[in-house]
Amino acid sequence: MHWIIAAALTIGLSGVPGLFLPRQGSAGERPACILVLLGVGCGLTGVAGALSGWVGDSFTLPWRIPGGELALRLDSLSAVFLLPVLLVVACGAVYGLGYWPQREHPDNGRKFRLFFGLIGSALIIVLTARNAVLFLLAWEVMALSSYFLITTEGEKVEARRAGFIYLVATHTGTLALFAMFALLEQLSGSFTFPAAQSLAAGGGAAIFSLGLFGFGLKAGLMPLHVWLPGAHAAAPSHASALLSGVMIKTGIYGLVRLTSFFADLPPWWGWSILALGAVSGIFGVAFALAQHDIKRLLAYHSVENIGIIALGLGIALLGRSFDLPALTLLGIAGALLHVINHGLFKSLLFLSAGSMIHATGTREIDHYGGLLKRQPWTGIFFLGGAVALSGLPPFNGFISECLFYLGAFNAFAGESRTVHLAVLAAPALALIGGLALACFVKVFGIAFLGEPRSDEAARAHEAPRSMRLAMLPLLGCCVWIGLLPMTVAPLLQRAALDWSARTGEVSLTAPLAPLAWVAGMGWGLILTVVVVGLWLQRLAKGAPDTVSTWGCGYALPGPRMQYTASSFADFLVGLFRFGLRTERRGGEVTDVFPVPGHFHSNTPDSVLDRLLYPGCRGAARGFTWLRARVQNGLVAVYLLYVAVTLFVLLLLITTI
Amino acid sequence: MLGRLLLHLVLLLVFAPLLQGVIVKTKALFGGRVGAPLLQPYWDLARLWRKGFVFSRTTTWVFRAGPVVGLTVPVLASLLVPFGALPAPFSFEGDLILFVYLFGLARFFTAAAALDTGSSFEGMGAAREVTFSCLAEPTMLFALMVLARLAGGLSLNSLLGTHLQAAWKGPAAAPLGLILVCLLVVLLVENSRIPFDDPNTHLELTMVHEVMVLDHSGPAFGMILYGAALKLMVLGALVVRLALPWQTGLWWLDALVFLGGMLLLAVLIGVVESIMARLRLVRIPQILIGTTLVSIFALVLVLR
Repeated sequence: MHWIIAAALTIGLSGVPGLFLPRQGSAGERPACILVLLGVGCGLTGVAGALSGWVGDSFTLPWRIPGGELALRLDSLSAVFLLPVLLVVACGAVYGLGYWPQREHPDNGRKFRLFFGLIGSALIIVLTARNAVLFLLAWEVMALSSYFLITTEGEKVEARRAGFIYLVATHTGTLALFAMFALLEQLSGSFTFPAAQSLAAGGGAAIFSLGLFGFGLKAGLMPLHVWLPGAHAAAPSHASALLSGVMIKTGIYGLVRLTSFFADLPPWWGWSILALGAVSGIFGVAFALAQHDIKRLLAYHSVENIGIIALGLGIALLGRSFDLPALTLLGIAGALLHVINHGLFKSLLFLSAGSMIHATGTREIDHYGGLLKRQPWTGIFFLGGAVALSGLPPFNGFISECLFYLGAFNAFAGESRTVHLAVLAAPALALIGGLALACFVKVFGIAFLGEPRSDEAARAHEAPRSMRLAMLPLLGCCVWIGLLPMTVAPLLQRAALDWSARTGEVSLTAPLAPLAWVAGMGWGLILTVVVVGLWLQRLAKGAPDTVSTWGCGYALPGPRMQYTASSFADFLVGLFRFGLRTERRGGEVTDVFPVPGHFHSNTPDSVLDRLLYPGCRGAARGFTWLRARVQNGLVAVYLLYVAVTLFVLLLLITTI
Repeated sequence: MLGRLLLHLVLLLVFAPLLQGVIVKTKALFGGRVGAPLLQPYWDLARLWRKGFVFSRTTTWVFRAGPVVGLTVPVLASLLVPFGALPAPFSFEGDLILFVYLFGLARFFTAAAALDTGSSFEGMGAAREVTFSCLAEPTMLFALMVLARLAGGLSLNSLLGTHLQAAWKGPAAAPLGLILVCLLVVLLVENSRIPFDDPNTHLELTMVHEVMVLDHSGPAFGMILYGAALKLMVLGALVVRLALPWQTGLWWLDALVFLGGMLLLAVLIGVVESIMARLRLVRIPQILIGTTLVSIFALVLVLR
């Protein structure tokens, strides 16, 4: 466990030396990166040691704070969440050397590295803390550091606004968590986390509701996702990768940990998480389809993936409620594997999107085009992430989705009729998968293929070596889990056992046996594609490749005539118009000889921009009005207030 | 095992283009014409194979990856699906998910290859293809769920196993009939047939699949055509097995029953194409959502 503490300290302090160096020059960016890598090395050693048992897995020190105790413990469940954190922090630090160099960002480079280290450290503590006070402390450090990461470019209005919304959202969530931990203390008797399955579910309803709200707000489950798109879009790309890839998973971690405390769970816990998951998944990806800012689009995909994870968690909870260990095991194993997978491919996608932004200076997908010729490596990284996120074989996304499907189909094994309904997670997942595929065909096709749509895209260049180097391990892990899924199965089995001891009755080898087949088919697929591809390449040697695309006889096709991101998604977005309400302006043809026109489409967030904003604005106006009436400056009225207050107090005292 | 694998591959690779010939012949007979010979698709493939390539200067390696994946995926997927009473060579719990997702991979690369040309025509085709497919996917899953519920297993071999014959005679006949219709619709959508798409013309703005492959040439185009024929056969195998669940015990007789069923299916597709007009584009999502509802009803019937 000391390794983990050393890791947290090293990563947390990595940005501090830079503060004492002048902002001109490199301001210690390389030492900071080396410190982070050192810390990650310590962390990985600690995790490996704790899992294999050659170093202790817990650490306790008394603490002066009432109810507080410096209790840390690393079990397999924490390890599943911790491994992607360590990897993404390391990749983000290396990536930052090329993406956010101090000489180009003298004003905010040092601040960024300080908070990047702090959030890494806070994440490690959040995931290993075994005491509510320590947990909340680390949670708050994490929330504040992410606020400062989001507002790195605080001079931009967009970043300030996103940061403010995030701050409000996260503190609302923290408030719910305060209440939740207080109730939990009433139930278990101490602020130390209770052991797994030690609490009876009675009285858990309020705890679960508060936890679902607080943790769901952090994770970004659908009606609570309001802060997510803006924040991920405004932060620098490697911060977005960290926030989206691993930070929001702490919400899922909270839910998983919280549900592990209870012995028997009422079915409505599982149903509500399942329903929220389906809503987040389907509408997350539908909103993503409608976006044309690449980082907002990826942020909505995070909402979608959190939805998928929640589907798995819901299936697992139902499995526990209805006493179906196989269902539990497949659901929780799928959810945990998807946590790892999403951490890998979403960071990969954000980092490669950063590389596109670095090269072109814009986030508009419609201003890219033809980038694959100018950024061949970035293109391959993005394609790998896109295929993985769409859940297609032979990458890692397919493995976790396969577990979800197996889990959902296993619901048929239940005695009770109601649990059969859990099988509906499967078609929801299929719809989400189809929409995600459409969305990534759109992004990859519009951004990387075709002709450049702007001068910036035509002048784009490949990312520097440090950025490419940072993306490589992420893609490598995606392929590794996709082609050798058996290697992660033992970790998942142990984590599932930590979550619910009942899963010990089923060995993961039987339900996970298909994974060997899937991996085999994956290898077969890759081999056949490579062989056929090389064959085609040999046949095509010397073929003319300088002619222009056939334009149906039109002689002067221009890059602006290509299909755009909005037009590609238009059909599908139209099918979801009841929830999306895309705003469209212009584009009408009025005359026989039309004049040059403009078309603009925009899809604001339904919850934030159509519900919360107008609602809060109305409330603020109402309170202003009320205040103007109450504070009207007439002394007589103020005296009346005093008299009424005294009278009410008198009344209260006499009646009680 | 090896013998089964070889038999499967031979049946698939040799007979797939014949189905296209049968469809064209049926349509010709309905139209009062003699029509192209039954073996014309084979000659077309041979002709394309001898031709050279032309590549647009816009394209990258993704453009060439489209046909490659489009040809590889149906071959691999065929190894998971039973051909009539001949069981699939590879079978494991959950292979139906791999089966569905493999076609997703093919769709990803075909659509990306279409966008690689930079032509707005092909962009249009790609957009429609992904739209229709993602609406067809839930129907497919619901149908598979009905089958899984009836079979009590999760591999395509057990889903389309020997119990189907008894199931058709029992109370499960109604849901089976419903999902047979649903799977037929999915088959028509996925293989871009009338009434959802017209495989004969690509010059109209309404076309889907054909317009995506406009810029492919020579052997690459041959791969696409061959891949499409294989896909029809692989997806058709689901429908045929569902409709003709007979088991004879002799492998050659089973193979003959299967091939006969496939020919009947091809004739059926030809008849549908002859007597129906192409649907308006905006109607297609409505039909697909309607089919999803029908499949949900089938699920309700088996869960009852």
